[in-house]
Amino acid sequence: MKKVIAQTEIDVNEEGYLTDFSQWTKEIGTEIAKEHNIEMTDSHWQVIDWIQEKVNEGVALSIRGIKKSGVIDIKQFYALFPGGPLKVSTKIAGVPKPKSCI
Amino acid sequence: MGTKVKKMMFILSKANIDNAYAAFIMANGARMEGIEAEIFFTFFGLEAIQKKKMDHLHVATVGNPAMHMPTMIGGLPGMEALATKMMKKEMEKLDMPPVSEFIEILSDSGCKLWACKLAYEMFHLKEEDLVDELDGILTVGDFYNRADQDGCQIVFI
Repeated sequence: MKKVIAQTEIDVNEEGYLTDFSQWTKEIGTEIAKEHNIEMTDSHWQVIDWIQEKVNEGVALSIRGIKKSGVIDIKQFYALFPGGPLKVSTKIAGVPKPKSCI
Repeated sequence: MGTKVKKMMFILSKANIDNAYAAFIMANGARMEGIEAEIFFTFFGLEAIQKKKMDHLHVATVGNPAMHMPTMIGGLPGMEALATKMMKKEMEKLDMPPVSEFIEILSDSGCKLWACKLAYEMFHLKEEDLVDELDGILTVGDFYNRADQDGCQIVFI
């Protein structure tokens, strides 16, 4: 699927996740966040950076991983990305939706 | 009635490790999807929120057909401990947290944790026996009253 966001055409799947990370920019992340009523701050970007780094290293994301990340604790994570934090933050980060149940 | 689940409410009545994890994983999964979650610990389920017992839950080797072993073998000394050790090893491989850490994660994720008043009194427990993350001690009626909107599901485990 094609989608135009931040004046750029990107490829996304049916749930709105980017299928090609090379198309991702910070502007696109900001716009996706707005669709979820999230105004990005430095703390949000810290988490996004961490997520992109982990995905790049091939680490499977989980809520336990967030707890151990040292960047953020679980309470803050839920507060920053309401309505399913890992689901929402990975979408903003332009990486695939995590498949883990934990 | 809406089509989407809004709140998952679990009643954990058993202390088998598999039952406890079923409740925890489903409650955590709900929170991760933006769905509210609560767990009501009753009867033996209370072991999962007792500081001294929570990290020593067992898998049942007797009366558990999924063990595929004769009941009498399952009843031999040490069998239950061995089966539990093996299961915990597999869980660790999947990065599943131990019970105490899981309770911490659930609480931080906004999942409400309740102890059943009747069972709490029956087992002569004291508040200091239970985890600090506990949100309170409720009667069955109190728990039902928390199913206060469309899209609530109550699951007995």
